Amino acid sequence: MTVRLLPSGPDAILVECGSQAEVLALHEALAAEPPAGLVELVPAARTVLVSVDHRVLPLETAASWVRRAAQRSPADGAVAPSSATVLPERAAPVVLDVSYDGEDLDDTARLLGIGTAELVARHLAAEWRVAFIGFAPGFAYLVSDDWPYRVPRLDAPRTRVPAGSLALADGYTGAYPRESPGGWRLIGRTEAVLWDELAEPPARLVPGARVRFRESGSRIGADS
Amino acid sequence: MTALRIVAPGASCLVEDLGRPGLARLGVGRSGAADRGALALANRLVGNAEGAAGLEVLLGGFRAVAEADAWIAVTGARGPILVDGVEAPPAVAVRVPAGAELELRPAEHGLRYLVGVRGGIAAPEVLGSRSRDTLAGLGPVPVAAGDRLPIGPEPEAPVALLDREAAFAPVDGPVVLELVPGPRADWFTDAARALLFDAEWRTSAAADRVGTRLEGPALDRLVAGELASEATVPGSMQVSTSGQPTILGPDRPVTGGYPVIAIVAPASLDRVAQLRPGQPVRFRHAR
Repeated sequence: MTVRLLPSGPDAILVECGSQAEVLALHEALAAEPPAGLVELVPAARTVLVSVDHRVLPLETAASWVRRAAQRSPADGAVAPSSATVLPERAAPVVLDVSYDGEDLDDTARLLGIGTAELVARHLAAEWRVAFIGFAPGFAYLVSDDWPYRVPRLDAPRTRVPAGSLALADGYTGAYPRESPGGWRLIGRTEAVLWDELAEPPARLVPGARVRFRESGSRIGADS
Repeated sequence: MTALRIVAPGASCLVEDLGRPGLARLGVGRSGAADRGALALANRLVGNAEGAAGLEVLLGGFRAVAEADAWIAVTGARGPILVDGVEAPPAVAVRVPAGAELELRPAEHGLRYLVGVRGGIAAPEVLGSRSRDTLAGLGPVPVAAGDRLPIGPEPEAPVALLDREAAFAPVDGPVVLELVPGPRADWFTDAARALLFDAEWRTSAAADRVGTRLEGPALDRLVAGELASEATVPGSMQVSTSGQPTILGPDRPVTGGYPVIAIVAPASLDRVAQLRPGQPVRFRHAR
């Protein structure tokens, strides 16, 4: 794949990829062999931030490392670099039990022009991946090739969204690890603990991880 | 374990160390003292490791009683420091006898006092740090009146008589900050990029640990549309849709959706923490 290396101060490079799939592939390739002096590797929608301790890992050396990893990664994003490191990408999917009873479930299905049951079925059938974490500690942005829908955010964000709420925005699924304000459309909830500051890692969903949803409990007021 | 008993926290009093780097991929920012150099200095003065936890006191109005004899050092903002009503000097180790009250009056220069305490503030660590991240709600809760803040064990190093670096009071007039190019500088017109360095900016009252907004001319974009959220580094200057720049602080969100035109050079970053509302700011290219 071709990447652009954008300046980000004396201790970081912002690497721009062509797509979310390329970000996932590049992040995987980089995470597989972290050099000494690497401080942060932060994937996002189109970029990976590589931040270093330049006294240990000069920025030029980090840039060559990134270019080599990008050259090895095909442009379509599918990649399997050999590595002894156990990456979340290779691990079995994290399965989250979900009750599809979110406040916005029926409205969201209507907005997409499909039935509630179809929305739930498509959501359950899709295999998801954590593209990146943003917005709040442990708040995972999940993407899926099996998910064709783009959902607009609420016009007015809620001041309080309960922890465990499963929600949609743009092409993403997200789950609120803790209670917070939020503008995503709520489709369900999970009892899973998504954030525990005493756990290692504290986030249940980490970048690159595969995720499946499993229905638990019945929906209330669904129009199917 | 001995402790500091808080009588009044002032406008805001937070426990801060040098933060928790390396967790941005999980949505956790580095956080840590806004004026990192001031915390490191205060710690060196009382014989602590530079990253020991201290107190970051916004503007002053802080009062605390030492339960046992303690050594403290106050750096960062400058204003009257009193120990049982007697004025004490800034940026040196000061003995606070058991039962005596330390008071920080409203700052006259700069905005944030950093208080180093020999032994460090021994609040529980969260994810490897004792820093309060105000946006993420991680780390020790903001210090309140009546709190008893435990002080850690005596470090081996002695209290320092002099530090290797001279400590200067924060500047009152126009502050000059150095910038390096940001990742999205090419999203702005040439005129906007020139204006950033030519204009005089004013520190907005909208300034906290998340970001410091600057008032001035609008910085026009060349590229319209939305930027997909991306990770930022400390000191990133993002520009809102209306063209106003904000310098992102220690508790910024891990990713942001506004283009970053420039980044405050590390050597200038601590000075942002001491900007007072209304204070003029100018930028120059980092050498």
